[in-house]
Amino acid sequence: MMLQLILLLLVAGVVAWQAERFSSTLPRWVTVVAVLLALLMLIANLGGIPAERFTLVSYPGEPQGWLMYSQHAWIPRFGISLEFGMDGLSLLLLLLTLGLGLVAVVSSWDEIEFKPGLFQANLLWTLAGVAGVFLALDLFLFFLFWEVMLIPMYLLIAIWGHEKRAYAAMKFFIFTQVSGLLMLLSIVVLAFQGAGEDGISFSYSDLLASAPTGRAGMLTMLGFFIAFTVKLPGFPFHTWLPDAHTQAPTAGSVLLAGILLKTGAYGLLRFCIPLFPEASMQFAPVAMGLGVLGIVYGAILAFAQSDFKRLVAYSSVSHMGFVLLGLYAWNSLALQGAIMQMVAHGVSTAALFMMAGALQHRLHTRDMFRMGGLWQQAPRMGACAMFFAVASLGLPGMGNFVAEFLVLAGLFAVSPWMTAAAALGLITAAVYSLWMMQQAFQGRPDNNREMADFGVREMSAMLVMMAVLLGLGLYPQPLFDLTQPVLEGLLPRMSEPMSALPRLLSEVSP
Amino acid sequence: MSASDFLAIAPLLVLAAGATAVMLQIAFMRSVPVTAILSMVALLLAALSCVSAAAITPLQVGALLSADQFSLLFTALFCVAGAVTCGLSLDYIRHHGDEPEEYFLLIVLATLGAGVLAYANHLASLLLGLELLSVSLYALIAYPNRSLLPLEAASKYLVLSGAASATLLFGFALLYAGTGTLAFAELGEKLGQAEMGTGLLMAGSAMIFAGLAFKLSLVPFHLWTPDVYDGAPAPISGFLASVGKAAVFVALLRLFLEADLFRYYKLVQLTGLTAILSMLAGNLLALLQTNIKRMLAYSSIAHLGYLLMVFMICLDTGSRALAVEAAMFYLIAYTATTIAAFGLLTLINESQVEREQVQLQQVSGLFWRQPLLAGLMLVALLSLAGIPLTAGFIGKFYLFTAAVSGGNWVLLAALILGSAIGIYYYLRVVFYMTRGADEHKHTVTLSPGWSGSALSCLLIASILVLGIVPQTLMAYLRSIL
Repeated sequence: MMLQLILLLLVAGVVAWQAERFSSTLPRWVTVVAVLLALLMLIANLGGIPAERFTLVSYPGEPQGWLMYSQHAWIPRFGISLEFGMDGLSLLLLLLTLGLGLVAVVSSWDEIEFKPGLFQANLLWTLAGVAGVFLALDLFLFFLFWEVMLIPMYLLIAIWGHEKRAYAAMKFFIFTQVSGLLMLLSIVVLAFQGAGEDGISFSYSDLLASAPTGRAGMLTMLGFFIAFTVKLPGFPFHTWLPDAHTQAPTAGSVLLAGILLKTGAYGLLRFCIPLFPEASMQFAPVAMGLGVLGIVYGAILAFAQSDFKRLVAYSSVSHMGFVLLGLYAWNSLALQGAIMQMVAHGVSTAALFMMAGALQHRLHTRDMFRMGGLWQQAPRMGACAMFFAVASLGLPGMGNFVAEFLVLAGLFAVSPWMTAAAALGLITAAVYSLWMMQQAFQGRPDNNREMADFGVREMSAMLVMMAVLLGLGLYPQPLFDLTQPVLEGLLPRMSEPMSALPRLLSEVSP
Repeated sequence: MSASDFLAIAPLLVLAAGATAVMLQIAFMRSVPVTAILSMVALLLAALSCVSAAAITPLQVGALLSADQFSLLFTALFCVAGAVTCGLSLDYIRHHGDEPEEYFLLIVLATLGAGVLAYANHLASLLLGLELLSVSLYALIAYPNRSLLPLEAASKYLVLSGAASATLLFGFALLYAGTGTLAFAELGEKLGQAEMGTGLLMAGSAMIFAGLAFKLSLVPFHLWTPDVYDGAPAPISGFLASVGKAAVFVALLRLFLEADLFRYYKLVQLTGLTAILSMLAGNLLALLQTNIKRMLAYSSIAHLGYLLMVFMICLDTGSRALAVEAAMFYLIAYTATTIAAFGLLTLINESQVEREQVQLQQVSGLFWRQPLLAGLMLVALLSLAGIPLTAGFIGKFYLFTAAVSGGNWVLLAALILGSAIGIYYYLRVVFYMTRGADEHKHTVTLSPGWSGSALSCLLIASILVLGIVPQTLMAYLRSIL
């Protein structure tokens, strides 16, 4: 099923591309239908799985632990196979991917006039690559999807981007590709480390059994860590993000912020930490330090921006710092928080980028100093912007609050000092989010400006995202139930090395 | 010589006969299509005869040639590459006025030289093959004899190549003085026994390496490369960059393996240093180019640098088989990709009236003017950059695996750094191709000939097939080692 799902998106991309010949509005319908079909396919297949499987603890490395699992031989010479597996975590992220895929289409509904078919094709191919990343269990295959999702994203930025698109697209590609090569090196080293009688293997379950330790383990782990932190993005590898997000077309920004960043977090959670328990434990203080720095630094820079999109982009750096912290705190609370943050941030930031795109489409500027008083001219936009701004600053009742609260609660058990520093992020988030609202939507309106408010299409997308965030904030239990078995399978792997973590952190703290 | 001897070297015989036939045909009747078809038939027949010869290998033919799976595989590859070059040249030649028939004859001869290099396990046959290849290439580079650039390129190549051959010969002489033999395997034995003058023997080996490194355009012997690639007709640049280098590389690899030159640790370290220099210098210089042909020339220096890593990896006897396998795969992937890239440049060129020079500006907006051509170019560039789903990626992955297995971390670091720089200039071409349709001024477009387009499609398809389902070739390569 999983391979078919990816193929469906790939083929739909080709169809959308060619559909351009018949009508310039046809391609976007192809995308909508394809993504809906993929969602239907996913749900139909989930129906076939007995309900108790969803609560069964799934230990990685055991094929029966996955909700869905499939394997086909591909390159036996190097022990590479088309191995896919889905557990609660992959399922959650897959749903997020397809959902935000729809949001991306809606957000760029009539924005694209140049080659709309190819645009939709690249959108679908990006979705296919991301879906592959979330499902692949063979590390070679994982790397392949990791790289392949870059090309359509590069084209989206390079062809349909804004004024500095060449620079932004190139920077995005080089950062990810170079860090990807480091990861490939680590993957190959890992495969050789575990080479047995019958040659090397790239399968996740085989590699889990043969984690290198000591210095080699640390260096190999760093290859993964850098690749994932670049994508996350974590401080100090975040510099590509503001450029790429700002220059990308609206749909590109939505996809980048909503899903592509989550592949980094997913990689850390699924591969980097479980594959190298010992090295990760030793490295955790550094990683958490980077997380805290990212939170504070991202927030400060966000406050300094006058460009609406750039502000949201830097706020992503800040919010993803919480994910890094939550992952390396490595206890059930913090991990649940990190996963919740992945979903909630994905939705809230996608909405804010959609807002930014809508503003640019109407005003032809992203400069907040040239906005002001928009609430009076477009009350529906103002209300939506207000909702997502307070969601992103972590108002109780929204998913983001639950996420950040859980991360901080989990982190407190490990390192009170880090928690205190990270909590600063909640205050700064309020500062820049409200400042953004003030600049753009409040104040004296420019009376010479004519501006259309959100229509039915945009409002319905916004309402759905609001409902999701409120749902996550008021009743987050279903999400926890879905991912808890995954975490219970992962936690014991690490419990022994990680039990030393609080002691290690108390040594480095003041 | 027995019948099986003839069968074993049938590909070379077919090529020689084909060259003679083409020559006769030109003497009696000048006709470009007939010559082109005759040459392509000869090349493809030679490639087919490799298949039939494979049944009786390995076989030593005379003292000079060794017919084994390795030589047959590469002879077949070179023949196919030669045939494709002929096909791609048709468009180019069509616009080139008088008496271009000998052009095809020269391609057949150059391929014959490359084939001899693949077969060579004796220093004499190595030199024979090398000269046959080089002399044909001098003439091919200078073929558009009305313009200055090709002439300049050819004379540069001629003079420098002559110097390189002299160095090479001097190296042969030193080895002969020390061991009294020119056959690879015997050299290996004698070198092991030689008690006196290892310094002399090492100097000889180093000179041979330097001479061949010139043909491979490795840093610091690379200075001729950009000018020659720039001046030569684009299909010939492709042929020179792929077959011209792959054949020399194959011969060098065989020399090192059979004569076991890996015993000279310092010499192998020298190859490692050359590899690192080539990767870094090639990629850095490619960054500065705005002429795509020159850029590809520098990038080919870098690619040969990646390949040359193999010699350092071979030092670890446990990883030697994997390293040779990696080199073979990389050579095949590189040959296909390079010919495709230069072939596409020919087509882009032809459609824009101007010749030889393809500036970045000229491909601006190509995606919207000629989507097929641009799409093919995109795949070729991605393969050169080593992005997954292309043959170039699997080749690079092979090198990665071999280097990890041999524990060559410094080389790996250079490989990663080089690839990182490489992405920038390959993507820059992609970016220019995707620029808005209104940003380019070149509106004069002719549609490229069908033969060129069809061949390019085939090449790109093979790059993708090798990148997506490489298992068959991998299993075959592993079986012939």
